[in-house]
Amino acid sequence: MAAALSSAGWRMKKPSVIPGFGRTLGFTLAYLSLIVLIPLSGVIWRSASLGWAELVAIASDERTRQALKVSFGASLIAATINVVFGTIVAWVLVRYRFPGKRVVDAVVDLPFALPTAVAGISLTAIYAHNGWIGSLAASFGIKLAFTPVGIVIALIFIGLPFVVRTVQPVMEEIDKEVEEAAATLGAHRLQIVARVILPGLMPAILTGYALAFARAVGEYGSVIFIAGNIPYVSEIAPLLIVIRLEEYNYAGATAIAAMMLAISFAMLLVINLLQAWSRRRFGHGD
Amino acid sequence: MAIEAFLPAAVGHSMRPMRKATTERAGVRLLLMVIALAFLGFFLFLPLVMVFVEAFRNGMSAYWTALAEPDTVAAIRLTLTVAAIAVPLNLIFGVAAAWAIAKFEFKGKAFLITLIDLPFSVSPVIAGLVYVLLFGAGSALGPWLKSHGIEILFAVPGIVLATIFVTFPFVARELIPLMQEQGTGDEEAAISLGASGWQTFWYVTLPNIKWGLLYGVLLCNARAMGEFGAVSVVSGRIRGLTTTMPLQVEILYNEYNAGAAFAVASLLAMLALVTLVLKGILEYRFGDSIAARKH
Repeated sequence: MAAALSSAGWRMKKPSVIPGFGRTLGFTLAYLSLIVLIPLSGVIWRSASLGWAELVAIASDERTRQALKVSFGASLIAATINVVFGTIVAWVLVRYRFPGKRVVDAVVDLPFALPTAVAGISLTAIYAHNGWIGSLAASFGIKLAFTPVGIVIALIFIGLPFVVRTVQPVMEEIDKEVEEAAATLGAHRLQIVARVILPGLMPAILTGYALAFARAVGEYGSVIFIAGNIPYVSEIAPLLIVIRLEEYNYAGATAIAAMMLAISFAMLLVINLLQAWSRRRFGHGD
Repeated sequence: MAIEAFLPAAVGHSMRPMRKATTERAGVRLLLMVIALAFLGFFLFLPLVMVFVEAFRNGMSAYWTALAEPDTVAAIRLTLTVAAIAVPLNLIFGVAAAWAIAKFEFKGKAFLITLIDLPFSVSPVIAGLVYVLLFGAGSALGPWLKSHGIEILFAVPGIVLATIFVTFPFVARELIPLMQEQGTGDEEAAISLGASGWQTFWYVTLPNIKWGLLYGVLLCNARAMGEFGAVSVVSGRIRGLTTTMPLQVEILYNEYNAGAAFAVASLLAMLALVTLVLKGILEYRFGDSIAARKH
């Protein structure tokens, strides 16, 4: 196989004195196919073999539609909140100096490192009616955990670093001379931020939005503890997949998965187009 | 950012006359800082603290008793075993993929990188579902596996496969940009001086990428030990046999044994803290040699 690949690669690749192209590319493709491509294509093949009638039946099932609506709706809200606050967090980390900044900067990555199940039970403990913040909200008659609000809270947790870590490096690259030039020309600070700084950050902000959103849609571990998982109300699509699998309803599970993949793909496509547009529109940036 | 810490106070002082142009008023600065810190506090810092508060709520002896539970010990052992298989495999893959992609020019490279990143954009639950469809009772392979007595689903191999899937891109995506930035000059020099391919990799490339490699392995390991969604779909949750630590957390929590659940969770939180500290040290000490994006 490696020999076949290297001879096929001979035409495909530029000549090089460095050895190992056939072997490393061959291993890469084999491993990629075995672990990712073949198993994933199974989902597509399975859902294609369902046929339209069955697919439509599952898609029009009220519980499925509600679960998809909850998943995508909560993800949109959480990603939007993360974009606003994540950009502020990145700004504070890049531009201001304060004691303990290094620690704060490191804590931003916590959701990457903390297992989702741990985050889930911990957030539930905080935001449930007897938790530190949950009891506070309860005294105002607001219920946070075990409602769709709880889902949004969990999705904010897991999505935040995607926004901060995408926007932060671009912010660091901003040339202060541009701001100074704008100021010399008589712009005040708000104008500079709105018309000089933010446009340059737009592509990065949109990328962060897309990443946070994509992660949120598929999230399972941190959500199921805090959501309450009430069908039609606070049941997310990944959980419904798990429920269908536990019922041995493989067709149902596959159809929901295929729909999730299709909708996320379409939304990411839209965001990619927006990103390309904003890059053209605002020039510099990511 | 790292340089900022070393700047003498005088530099900040000399910039003071221009402050109005390139920064906000003191009041706005304070407000933004309070908003940012409060947001991080409520959504990130508090959950971390809460894990330990809940874990030690019933005292140290209850904590140790919970951790000494045979099912919990088995879960810890399984998590370590799974990571010990999944991480090295993805490490070898990451190095091979980065070598092929960064050291050679060939058609379809960008597409290959996209495919490698694919597992990041797939829901963990779907990652698990994928293997259920492949090896489950309803699949083409299922009956054959059953007649040969091979257990993949609801057994350790399935858990390992699902973990490999979700942690698949970690090492590769750290190494690819790093090795692309380093170019091929060093390797070409070594080869032209008569070194073999292995010697070149071992004595020239590896020293150049070791910190980036470690960085990728660190993140890969954290995810491998903490993965929940994908593993929960393929595990079958047989207590003491196919429950990893995150699944054990869920089982204990659902049995209203929150103290024990948080005790196991605290171990995972400590793993996360160690990961963050090591990551911070790597970024601080070897920032330039970790990745192209960390300048």
